[in-house]
Amino acid sequence: MADLAASTVAWTAEDTADVLPPSKPGNDIQNYMINFGPQHPAAHGVLRLVMELDGELIERCDPHIGLLHRGTEKLCEYKTYLQALPYMDRLDYVSPMCMEHSYVLAIEKLAGIEVPLRAKYIRTLFAEITRILNHILNVTAHALDVGAMTPILWMFEEREALLGFYERVSGARFHAAYFRPGGVHQDLPDGLLGDIRAWADGYLKVLDEMQGLVADNRIFKQRNVDIGVISKEDAIAWGFTGPCIRASGVAWDLRKSQPYDAYHLMDFDVPVSDDGDCYARFMVRMEEMRQSLRIIYQCLDQMPAGRHATLDRKVSPPSRSEMKRSMEALIHHFKLYTEGLHVPAGQVYVATESPKGEFGVFMVADGTNKPYRCHIRATGMAHLQAMDFLCKGHMLADAPAILGSLDIVFGEVDR
Amino acid sequence: MSLVAATTGSYSWPAVAGLDDAEAKLRAVLGDAVLAVTAHAGEIGIIVPRDSIATVLTALRDDTDLRFNQLIDITAVDYPERPERFDVVYQLLSMAKNLRLSVTVTSDGRAPVPSVTGLYPVAGWYERETWDMFGVLFAGNADLRRILTDYGFEGHPFRKDFPLTGHVELRYSEEHKRVVYEPVKLAQDFRNFDFLSPWEGTDYVLPGDEKAKS
Repeated sequence: MADLAASTVAWTAEDTADVLPPSKPGNDIQNYMINFGPQHPAAHGVLRLVMELDGELIERCDPHIGLLHRGTEKLCEYKTYLQALPYMDRLDYVSPMCMEHSYVLAIEKLAGIEVPLRAKYIRTLFAEITRILNHILNVTAHALDVGAMTPILWMFEEREALLGFYERVSGARFHAAYFRPGGVHQDLPDGLLGDIRAWADGYLKVLDEMQGLVADNRIFKQRNVDIGVISKEDAIAWGFTGPCIRASGVAWDLRKSQPYDAYHLMDFDVPVSDDGDCYARFMVRMEEMRQSLRIIYQCLDQMPAGRHATLDRKVSPPSRSEMKRSMEALIHHFKLYTEGLHVPAGQVYVATESPKGEFGVFMVADGTNKPYRCHIRATGMAHLQAMDFLCKGHMLADAPAILGSLDIVFGEVDR
Repeated sequence: MSLVAATTGSYSWPAVAGLDDAEAKLRAVLGDAVLAVTAHAGEIGIIVPRDSIATVLTALRDDTDLRFNQLIDITAVDYPERPERFDVVYQLLSMAKNLRLSVTVTSDGRAPVPSVTGLYPVAGWYERETWDMFGVLFAGNADLRRILTDYGFEGHPFRKDFPLTGHVELRYSEEHKRVVYEPVKLAQDFRNFDFLSPWEGTDYVLPGDEKAKS
């Protein structure tokens, strides 16, 4: 070989023939495949993304899901309606009560159960607390994915307070099983509404401070603005719902258009952005938290007196003290927790606006005490399916930002 | 048939805007493709022939009074006693008109349902899931792989004749230094309790009762 250090001529194939294997004609450069996950902190759980890369550009992205599949829908068919309810908490474990919400509304719709107004308000209040709970995790984890460490540390203190409210009403911080057919399991404990108000009074300031950290940050904007853009038409075609479709300019919110529980009594705005990129999805969620706070205040102000669950003893159990005095109540309690409630035959599809988007339960009842089929329409499944569409042509480092902005939780996607 | 759902606020479940005279409207748009119109709890559903699902969904999407522009979900329900055992159910949403509609086709699993991925790209994974869980084939889906079950899984777990416990279990074998698959061994028989009230009548004969009858 010639004296390479002195040579000013570019290397040719002949120069490297003795040190490198000869390259085959027409087969010089190959795209390579990488596995993103299943054990990767930015994969938000157990996601395996098989990516075909051209250098650092994503050519194709094939999400492999199902690593957390537990057969929830099959298990529901073998449990009574009440026994199957706690499975819902384990779907989207970041917003447990919103998962229960669709399920109990489906049972109520099939059985035509009337719910007292107070129960509707309690559910609305906790659905909004859950929305903030979910969005806190999503926006801060999204910020963490693109390099901002501080928000998650600040905001988890707020999340902790909200989980404390969960614990006080249901006894559990995550898997609450609080929403029940006919109402909620127990009435609010004394002093809870005041504590929620005290928390809400301070939250707006924390939220503003957190937004001030990242929203105008140069790095955060460089990582998110114009990344993963999806147009209005594509978002509809790909089945986007919730904050993801609102960030693409579609003012669609099931709480407004198809109100359930007490949402028709609430005054709130639906934040919309026209940009359709990761930054828009982030900002829509930030604004949604402010709107949730408005709903929480309205629930606190208007919380009506009355019962927390229906008085129909074929649906909702009697109180403990009643059972000590009344034989009838004891029998009802026993029947309800062994045989369970019977739901008339029929099929319904009930969807609510969960923090991630439209979360639906398609339930087929055959008149017995167990669902014949309970299909769960997972929000994240439609969003994750669009990963290939969103990632194509982006850099590898954009994939975590896109994934973070879609708000994927695998308990729900894999069911 | 006027199917205006529950008046806002009187019930807990979502109040979907209704469509006056839904059956006549659907029959006008779809013609002979409507085999039946069902209404339950304020929800409209239509049953259509399997082969016309794509034309039906196109017509529903393009009609100016309906504009079902979003496919929300595809799933199946298994009725093993029927000749065509699977109901494949499509949930449609019209954002412009605030309507919901379920469209049902039937299949025996072997006769494929035409894929609607050309109309709605979101159908891709939903059809994969329905194939994976029920074994319903979709003709024209370019990527009909399993989606939720394990690599190399056999059978379709959401069929009613598939046992809840499955057929294989896996564990990490210290001996082989890898995960091994084995037939399911239950320490105790799988118990499926009959919670139905005996006062309402059982649908089976208790052991010994047949002697009383004879």
